Amino acid sequence: MADRAEYARKGIARGRSVVVLQFSDGILFVAENPSRALHKVSEIYDRIAFAAVGKYNEFENLRIGGVRYADLRGYTYDRDDVTARGLANVYAQTLGTIFSSAAEKPYEVELIVAETGEGPADDQIYRLPHDGSIVDEHGSVAVGGNADQISSYLDQRHRDGMTLAEALKLAVDSLSRDNNGGERSLTAEQLEVAVLDRKRPQARKFKRILGGQLARLLEGSGAASESGEDTEPDDSGESDESSESTE
Amino acid sequence: MEANTRSTGRLPAAFLTPGSSSFMDFLGTHQPELLPGNRPLPPVQGAIEAPHGTTIVAATFAGGVALAGDRRATMGNVIAQRDIEKVFPADEYSAVGIAGTAGLAVEMVKLFQLELEHFEKVEGTVLSLEGKANRLSTMIRGNLGMAMQGLAVVPLFAGYDVDREKGRIFSYDVTGGRSEERGFAATGSGSTFARGALKKLYREDLTEEQAATAVIQALYDAADDDSATGGPDLARRIYPIVTVITEDGFRKFTEDEVAEIVRAIHERRLEQPDGPRAALL
Repeated sequence: MADRAEYARKGIARGRSVVVLQFSDGILFVAENPSRALHKVSEIYDRIAFAAVGKYNEFENLRIGGVRYADLRGYTYDRDDVTARGLANVYAQTLGTIFSSAAEKPYEVELIVAETGEGPADDQIYRLPHDGSIVDEHGSVAVGGNADQISSYLDQRHRDGMTLAEALKLAVDSLSRDNNGGERSLTAEQLEVAVLDRKRPQARKFKRILGGQLARLLEGSGAASESGEDTEPDDSGESDESSESTE
Repeated sequence: MEANTRSTGRLPAAFLTPGSSSFMDFLGTHQPELLPGNRPLPPVQGAIEAPHGTTIVAATFAGGVALAGDRRATMGNVIAQRDIEKVFPADEYSAVGIAGTAGLAVEMVKLFQLELEHFEKVEGTVLSLEGKANRLSTMIRGNLGMAMQGLAVVPLFAGYDVDREKGRIFSYDVTGGRSEERGFAATGSGSTFARGALKKLYREDLTEEQAATAVIQALYDAADDDSATGGPDLARRIYPIVTVITEDGFRKFTEDEVAEIVRAIHERRLEQPDGPRAALL
């Protein structure tokens, strides 16, 4: 079992990271992903989105399985009966069974399932490691290669009620820190950004932030970052509540 | 573990099998009994009495297309429902209006919407307008057995073609035969009268507002001569459903917007009950 866990963890650690964080109007997903065709962040249902790191074919399979599960459930019952909790449960069962089955190789993936509610208090974020456990996350979460470092960076700085631009800046800052504590700069072309925006009038709240809009948001937050950087040490104190982890 | 959507067990193999991006194909292999066309038909004598939806009209205008429907469902000589909605968004850039057996038609629309959404989510891109129209054909064909027993569903499909940058209308027959209409179209019991009215009112350079007025005039005329089509009900404030699709996507007129057009038409018809007159030559 330890071998299998080690195998899966190594596979996941090779990939680049994805961060998911709450902002005032919903949930933001930011992945370092130079590919325009192979997505790490996707829509599952009206209020539910999916993010993943690890082996592409494995999490892509799980994503399509999740879309089929959600669509079938919504068709059988009602659109309101499709929940992130239900989907996270199904994923956990699936990953857990595969992980402990001797006949199958463990999946080298780590997933996030998130659902935006009526208000920030109703948002749900679930992290699903390779072994089939579920971690209920609040505020912010990171998965992938450098997850521990990025998570603690986010935990210290994330606070409730951030605007989209603030949350995006924090996410990009956290992703641009490499293992040795150095910084790289990430451009809009290297990022995959999407939101579950509860203010969207349509039933489907998922929206990708692309091209010009992403560049404008990054620029806007860049201008505001000068003052933001200075106050960093003060911020870390009050952000503790929002960054609690149930792990 | 077979119970899948009802239990929280592991996803069954069918969910994780790579394959078609079509939700109907997935249903067909995984739970075929949920597909409308796969239900066995009980033998019946004569026609089955079920609510029927009536008239749907559509007209293109510069930069888009309007699709509208009356609000009546009939069952024999009885008005089964006076505020039924028969025009639905299919996705961001298309809409479908249904005439025929209301129960089956609403189910067909629900599955059609899901089919388009499912494809979009799985593939990460949208179907072409022709592709959507063809999917609807397949679904109508699946209902042929029911149609033979008098439970036909005949929709009208309208959408904005993002590639050609114009509104397009597709009409269908009960066997799923599809034809693209030029300018305007109508389906349902009052369609003969509605099409006649639209023929005299339609021009290619209509604005969005004028197209909306034209389709409501056509529904007014249909209700005038077809007992199964409901006219605007000013007393109960039940007005036709009017939708437009442009490059900005699908939009349903608010009740107030429709009420304003309906009142203007009604005012004129008090003077001239047969509606606007076309030039003789």
